[in-house]
Amino acid sequence: MSSLKLFWSYMKGNRLLYIGALVSVALATFFSILNPLVLRVTIDSIIGDKPLDLPRLIGEVIKGFGGKEVLEQNLWVAGVIMVGLTLLQGIFLYFKGKWSAIAAESIAKNTRERLYDHLQHLPYEYHTKAETGDLIQRCTSDVDTVRRFLAVQFVEVGRAIFMMTFVAIIMFSLDMRLTLVAIGVVPIILAFSYFFYKEVKKSFKDADEAEGRMSTVLQENLTGVRVVRAFARQNYEIDKFDKESSGYRAKCYRVLRLLAWFWSVSDFLCMLQIGIVLIFGSYWAFEGSITLGTLVVFVTYEGMLLWPVRQLGRILTDMGKTLVALGRIQEVLDEVREEENDSDFKPALRGNIKFEKVYFEYEEGKGVLKDISFEVNEGETIAILGATGSGKSSLVHLLARLYDYQQGSIKIDGYEIKDINKKWLRRHIGLVLQEPFLFAKSVKENIGLARSDVRDTEIFEAANNAAIHDVILDFEKGYDTIVGERGVSLSGGQKQRVAIARTLIRECPILIFDDSLSAVDTETDATIRQELKKKKENTTTFIISHRINTLAEADKILVIDDGKIVEAGTHQDLINKEGMYKRVWEIQNSLEQEMEVG
Amino acid sequence: MAEFREQDYNKEFDFGLWKKLIHYLKPLKKEVLILAIVMIGVGGIDAIFPLMTKYAVDKFVVASNIDGLLKFSLAYGVLVIVQAINVWLLIDYAGRIETTMSYDIRKAGFQRLQELSFSYYDKTAVGWLMARMTSDVKRLGEVISWGFVDSVWGMTMMLTTMVIMFYLNWKLALITLSVVPVLAVLSIYFQKKILKAYRKVRKINSTITGAFNEGIMGAKTTKTLVREEENLKEFEAKTAKMRESSVKAAIFSALYLPVVLTLGSIGTSFALVFGGKDVLLTTISYGTLVAFISYTVHFFEPISQLARVFAELQSAQASAERTMSMIETEPDIQDTQDVVEIYGDIFNPKSENWEELKGDITFKNVSFAYEDGERILEDFNLEIKAGETIALVGETGSGKSTLVNLACRFYEPIAGEILIDGVDYKRRSQLWLHSNIGYVLQTPHLFSGTIKENIRYGNLEASDLDIIRAAKLVNAHQLIKKLEQGYDTKIGEGGGSLSTGEKQLISFARAVLADPKIFVLDEATSSIDTEMEQIIQEAIDKLLKGRTNFIIAHRLSTIRSADRILVLRDGEIIEAGNHQELLRTKGYYYKLYTNQFMKEEIV
Repeated sequence: MSSLKLFWSYMKGNRLLYIGALVSVALATFFSILNPLVLRVTIDSIIGDKPLDLPRLIGEVIKGFGGKEVLEQNLWVAGVIMVGLTLLQGIFLYFKGKWSAIAAESIAKNTRERLYDHLQHLPYEYHTKAETGDLIQRCTSDVDTVRRFLAVQFVEVGRAIFMMTFVAIIMFSLDMRLTLVAIGVVPIILAFSYFFYKEVKKSFKDADEAEGRMSTVLQENLTGVRVVRAFARQNYEIDKFDKESSGYRAKCYRVLRLLAWFWSVSDFLCMLQIGIVLIFGSYWAFEGSITLGTLVVFVTYEGMLLWPVRQLGRILTDMGKTLVALGRIQEVLDEVREEENDSDFKPALRGNIKFEKVYFEYEEGKGVLKDISFEVNEGETIAILGATGSGKSSLVHLLARLYDYQQGSIKIDGYEIKDINKKWLRRHIGLVLQEPFLFAKSVKENIGLARSDVRDTEIFEAANNAAIHDVILDFEKGYDTIVGERGVSLSGGQKQRVAIARTLIRECPILIFDDSLSAVDTETDATIRQELKKKKENTTTFIISHRINTLAEADKILVIDDGKIVEAGTHQDLINKEGMYKRVWEIQNSLEQEMEVG
Repeated sequence: MAEFREQDYNKEFDFGLWKKLIHYLKPLKKEVLILAIVMIGVGGIDAIFPLMTKYAVDKFVVASNIDGLLKFSLAYGVLVIVQAINVWLLIDYAGRIETTMSYDIRKAGFQRLQELSFSYYDKTAVGWLMARMTSDVKRLGEVISWGFVDSVWGMTMMLTTMVIMFYLNWKLALITLSVVPVLAVLSIYFQKKILKAYRKVRKINSTITGAFNEGIMGAKTTKTLVREEENLKEFEAKTAKMRESSVKAAIFSALYLPVVLTLGSIGTSFALVFGGKDVLLTTISYGTLVAFISYTVHFFEPISQLARVFAELQSAQASAERTMSMIETEPDIQDTQDVVEIYGDIFNPKSENWEELKGDITFKNVSFAYEDGERILEDFNLEIKAGETIALVGETGSGKSTLVNLACRFYEPIAGEILIDGVDYKRRSQLWLHSNIGYVLQTPHLFSGTIKENIRYGNLEASDLDIIRAAKLVNAHQLIKKLEQGYDTKIGEGGGSLSTGEKQLISFARAVLADPKIFVLDEATSSIDTEMEQIIQEAIDKLLKGRTNFIIAHRLSTIRSADRILVLRDGEIIEAGNHQELLRTKGYYYKLYTNQFMKEEIV
């Protein structure tokens, strides 16, 4: 029962509230059970003529009121007692509701925050493969399933147990034989519920997965709407969606079908049980072995007893759902965070970098980078050229420890980067990704994102350096324009420039442009590089690009092919050597020749 | 492009809206009818059970006579069996209604989403649409089917109980039921409060979903910016707000039940006190009192059920409004009735009537502005011959993409007209034009599935051989072959496991396979390395023959071979001509071109 342990661990910090809620529910149940007894005494002994065969205490209470005769004339006393008992029951029910809500909401809050935090700290690799839609479902609807169970159902278990206990005790005290008849079906229903819960669990999971598939098709259709339209694939998409949507419908219906069996069978058992009590009870009452009042109480209590038992079945199925949801949440939380086993070493970093025989692979046996060795001094610019998939992005990702290399060593200022605290390292590296993400905030906030103490003038300066300042001012709301998914959609080039601006503002000793000017036109590209040149003095800069004139001005150029450095040197060195650089240069240069002819 | 805003919706119960939803129940008439009958049965039998008890007590115990006990047992057994079957039917049929209705609404929604224009997508977040299509629809299905179940049951139960009570003793019935109006008023009051509180909760919830979306999509960027702590702090502020408002809502709900219980017990007490007196005065029988009291208990449950159903309906109203407003949105770009008659719509294209597209494109006095935006094009004229390759050059925002979007009829001009093969394209169906377009985007979008499936998207009838041929043409073949499972390699959502360059190559192969008459390359090669681009360039040159082509590329090597280069600035063509001609004029293009080879920057 490790799943129960899991529940228990989620309740941490809120267990006291749950105990409070359980006590409240016990008291509420207790008061609700007293009511039929009051009714019975009133009917049997005050209105009717039965002798009071009651515990002494209640007999004393009745005497205190003046005995049967006075009460007979003042029936309102019984009425007031009943209302009073219900009021007490209500008050405790209120506390139960309140406390379990607070507890459940707190647990949900913690879980959400844990998930959010955890996701942010999962390795880079996880995020390149993650399915956003599925993860969001886990973080939202799965958390909500757990929350609902903890807010409503969980305490209901306690209520059912208390109810059964109290009722069973009272029944036993009234008539042993009839009690045995009355609770005969309980174990059967419980066993049936358990069996059913096992069955339905799988169906719930199937339905969840079917929903996930449907959501994926939907999400891809919506984000790829341009592709769908450009290929006029609307009908194809409709069929695709219809397939998943009807699959989801079938799975949902199957779950409901199972529920139909569960409810009809358990209802059948319960109603049958009440019937049996009524029939046996009537017969025994006719025989004279029990009183009429006892029969009435039994019939009333039977309903009270079976209701929570039936409810247990439902709770159990909900628990099945909840455990599935919990499992899906736990799956995310069980992913290993990247800072696990991270060091606390935080040396001062200036930007002397040394790669030595670095080997790196994503999958075993498939080296992406092999035997990479080179050195960069503080303040130098290093340019990287390579074919698609040659490993150039991987190389700079290693430097920021978005991935860890398997062999060799990478040192910054003599410190092996694996020994340096990851966040500390990344604070010193401004990496502009190929496809940067903008947050749903204003442009200003997006640029100032990485520093809390940033001044407006600094933001404007960074934007200026990234050649985006004028573009931003052209927006209707200028720097307050909201970007990101819910805001104005920027072009690829504009996004890249905002990303560059927000990286520049961090003033890192090491800057990396991972082909991050690809969507910017050449003129802007040149402007940005000029600005950078003016600004940086001690900044070590990595530039990945396909544009020769972007690469040419670097202090050192690396040409990477199939994970190896095949050429290295300055622009002059490389154009005098046969190789890829020269070929690319010639291709781009031929344009120039042609221009001069023209 | 309007900023996205969460709309505020009607607070009052909107009958018109629900009527529209009921429309989705029409194909389910039979199921609804059966369900209604079943529910009346369930409610009726539930109301009869206490009568059975009364009968047993009065007939067998009080009268001391067990003749007929067997018959009674049989009757009871039959009732139990009938009720069990009823329960089975009720869930089965409610389930059918729920799932079918959700399915139908989703289908209608999805179809509409396929028709809506890009202007709609520009101002609507994908997450918002996702929520409408998944959770909102689910909720509607649940609320309508189970709400129906509960209300039919509740009303039957109440009516039957009331009839029996009045039949047993109308005076006592009146006294007992005197609490009902109070209960009804309080119920509505509470449910409205609860509803309002939960509405707030859901609003906050959607911001949390948004935050998760951003947290996950932006995780990589967050890492490079080392911003994990700040993000978490911002997120915590949201969850704290969520907890606060959820607890508030839960407390309202927790208050409601005790109120119902207490009022119910007041009713029961009335029955006991006044009924008791009557027994003492021997105006009613003992069994009647017992039955009466158990009926008062029975009576209050359906009231709170009904109040709950009403509240849920009202709270689902926001879901209903949002979903229906989405389904009812009219696409900005629509084919006219006449066009649909001849050429069919997107669901039933009459492709046999489609004219062959040659590829002449004419912009005639075209003006265009995005919604709420300034004019991008003003009185724009341009003539493109079939088979011509047009390269578009200009700064970001100069109108390059707009031009192409208009030519492809992803947007329509607000004034003037665009002719294709000499005919205003509004007189042809959209699908006709789109079926003839090939498009490669700057950020290529791939679907989850295999590489093969993704390429086949360009032409669903293509054989494996065709696919390989297309891949070879754009030099994607070798790259794909290198992957472990080759063409059957699964790619994740959005092509996660591939680099941008690889994705572009695949999307290129996809476009090639479509064999379109009009070809658009939107900065498609910016992330493919120069060497590979060179190879692709040759393939493109071959490919462009016989088609009308638009090329938007920043790197001039791609543009050189174009028949005509248009230099755009602020929506105007400032230079036009082929490569040589434009270099000779030494204008903007010349500057742009030489810029790429700024000699002074080469060390």
